[in-house]
Amino acid sequence: MEKQWEEMSSDEKQEEMFNRWLSPKDSQGNGLKFQSPQTEKAFKDRITRIKDAIQMKKLPDRVPVFLAPSFFPVYYAGITPQESMYDYDKCCMAFKKFVLDFEPDGHLGAFVPGAGKALEILDYKLYSWPGHGVSPDASYQANEGEYMKANEYEALIDDPSNFFSNTYLPRVFGALEGFKMLPALTGILEMYGVAVNFIPFGLPPVQASYKAFFEAGAEALKWIGAMGAWNDEIAAAGFPIIVAGFTKAPFDVIGDTLRGTRGIMLDMYRQPDKLLEALDRLTPLMIKMGVGTAQMAGHPLIFMPLHKGADGFLSDAQFKKFYWPTFRKVMMGLIAEGVVPMPAAEGRWTTRLEVVQDLPKGKTLWMIDQSDIAKAKKTLGKVACMYGNVPSDILAVGTPQQVKDYVKNLINTCAKGGGFIVSNGAFFDQAKAENVHAVVDTTKEYGVYK
Amino acid sequence: MAKDLVNTLADLKEQEAIEIVKDRLSAGDDPFKIMEDARKGMEIVGKRFSESEYFIPDLVYSGEILRVVTELVKPKLTKTTESKKLGKVVFGTVAGDIHDIGKDIVVFMLDVNGFEVHDLGVDIPAQKFVEKIKETGAPIVGLSGFLTLAFDSMKETVEAIKAAGLRDKVKVMIGGGQMSDEIKNYTGADAYGKDAMAGVSLAKKWTGVG
Ligand code: B12
Repeated sequence: MEKQWEEMSSDEKQEEMFNRWLSPKDSQGNGLKFQSPQTEKAFKDRITRIKDAIQMKKLPDRVPVFLAPSFFPVYYAGITPQESMYDYDKCCMAFKKFVLDFEPDGHLGAFVPGAGKALEILDYKLYSWPGHGVSPDASYQANEGEYMKANEYEALIDDPSNFFSNTYLPRVFGALEGFKMLPALTGILEMYGVAVNFIPFGLPPVQASYKAFFEAGAEALKWIGAMGAWNDEIAAAGFPIIVAGFTKAPFDVIGDTLRGTRGIMLDMYRQPDKLLEALDRLTPLMIKMGVGTAQMAGHPLIFMPLHKGADGFLSDAQFKKFYWPTFRKVMMGLIAEGVVPMPAAEGRWTTRLEVVQDLPKGKTLWMIDQSDIAKAKKTLGKVACMYGNVPSDILAVGTPQQVKDYVKNLINTCAKGGGFIVSNGAFFDQAKAENVHAVVDTTKEYGVYK
Repeated sequence: MAKDLVNTLADLKEQEAIEIVKDRLSAGDDPFKIMEDARKGMEIVGKRFSESEYFIPDLVYSGEILRVVTELVKPKLTKTTESKKLGKVVFGTVAGDIHDIGKDIVVFMLDVNGFEVHDLGVDIPAQKFVEKIKETGAPIVGLSGFLTLAFDSMKETVEAIKAAGLRDKVKVMIGGGQMSDEIKNYTGADAYGKDAMAGVSLAKKWTGVG
């Protein structure tokens, strides 16, 4: 008899998650129909290659290769970022061309541009996007700010969901102003609670906000319809997407978009205990977010972009006190449920490598950007598969020969014994197509394990 | 009161530093001297940062303490301090890019190291850099950029400086997230700086003080 999920060990859960990824469902929930037996084989070979690299138990047939772009596919297809955010067909066309032209083992889907119309409906303030604060041919960019004030830790800790719905969302979405008037839903108790607590929902500003909420929801559905069909088509052609969704290190949740860089840095000095408490409070939420998405997608890989833990952003002592404990807890929580956390060590993490190698072997997949890759292999690389490190500058202004040399050197340094995947190190917008080809082609040619 | 503002600030003891400033002000101490001590404290902060004893949060915090101190002292200042500056620098994040965290840190470090920095802000078109160079006569230009899209904006900025006939009058440094020596060559700038201290060293070298 098959074991129930609850009875499985974390190893068995991980195996089960990989199995689900190997036998994918389409966006309607039926078994995916491949284009041909060849594309089905290619799909499964790619996943097996990636799985072997991640688990570090046996050598893959060759070093896998990922391409993880930001807006590059959009420029490459000759459309603007603005078009890609508003015309989902054009967006899908661009990312399809990208995957089919470059043929990586793993790609990130067509999700990067997102749904421009929904942002417009909601009057999103956290980002400027093409046509809204940045030019139509630039990528969207974050507007740094204190979207949570220094004195609001209690509110966040007491009830994170309520803080988000009633305080944070109205600040980052102009159209959700009305949510400031919402009651705490936990007050809807008993007879007496009903009428009183529903009063706000009758007020015009709240109703206007809900109207925007629904409209944005309808737009998001339209968008995900396009994305789902795209995924089906690309998977049917043999190309697996490598992330099911994302979660974050608690320190970055607060440091990126709640308190902001400056805010969280001051809090480490002025109110360290509150900050630590909030980090703990967010930890189970971040675990649930990752596990939930992986379960829904039937896919083990959950991306974690890492920001404020990079070299220089914190002292060693601050990293160990504020960043690492809850980040590790989130990873361990994901691992326990068979999920493979995919932290991206953006920028340089050379001074953190010794600390972050305290992880079970074969359970995580790390994106490495500009960290010292040889050192990374000797530390983190002992317990975790790594991908990345091909730099943006040579992709943008170098020659294919330079890329080829770089990739060969990378394979020589890192691929021995498995546990390595070639990829770009930073999500790129600008690059020469021939250089991107060189990343993939060099790996396929030079990365075969003999 | 033997407590010393220079070191208290350098050690990032916010409350103590504020107490000292308040005490000195109420004792009728010269506000210029207080600001001068604060500046010396900040110099030590910069030095510790360059020696990797301090990190970005320490810079941010010291800047915040300085802000509070300045607010306390300002009402008593009869005129602004005219300390002699090492040289002028025009600085900004290039067109298309709206990031300021990295830029602000470099500007801050240049400032505490004695440079007169003209910070243009973010998303600055090439022509604005040119105008500011003309207006100030600054011999040093710092271009910050965070995204790969800044590669071309930087190149255009350097070209605009050239077209205005100013290229041999200024030294241009670039830095930020995805920049490198490779990109320096691409843009035609004079140097790439990996972090804020590299920016300060370059500026010092170019003004002949370093
Ligand atoms: C934090 C962060 C974010 C935050 C920013 C907001 C916030 N509140 O922090 C959030 C989460 C919102 C974010 C979002 C995105 N990000 Co981001 N992010 C980062 C990260 C981790 C750090 C950037 C930062 O804060 N730097 C802080 C300052 C201090 O560093 P700095 O700017 O490099 O400056 C230092 C030096 O470079 C130097 N310097 C700077 N300027 C100059 C100038 C001169 C003259 C000199 C000498 C020196 C110098 O001095 C400074 C101090 O030492 C970087 C990766 C990294 N570690 O660099 C990615 C990174 C910039 N992001 C990236 C991407 C792709 C994105 C997104 C597009 C992702 C997405 N698809 O949603 C979005 C949108 C872009 C944006 N940032 O607006 C990519 C950009 C790659 C590219 N295409 O160009 C990066 C490089 C990550 C990566 N490895 O791929 N991001």
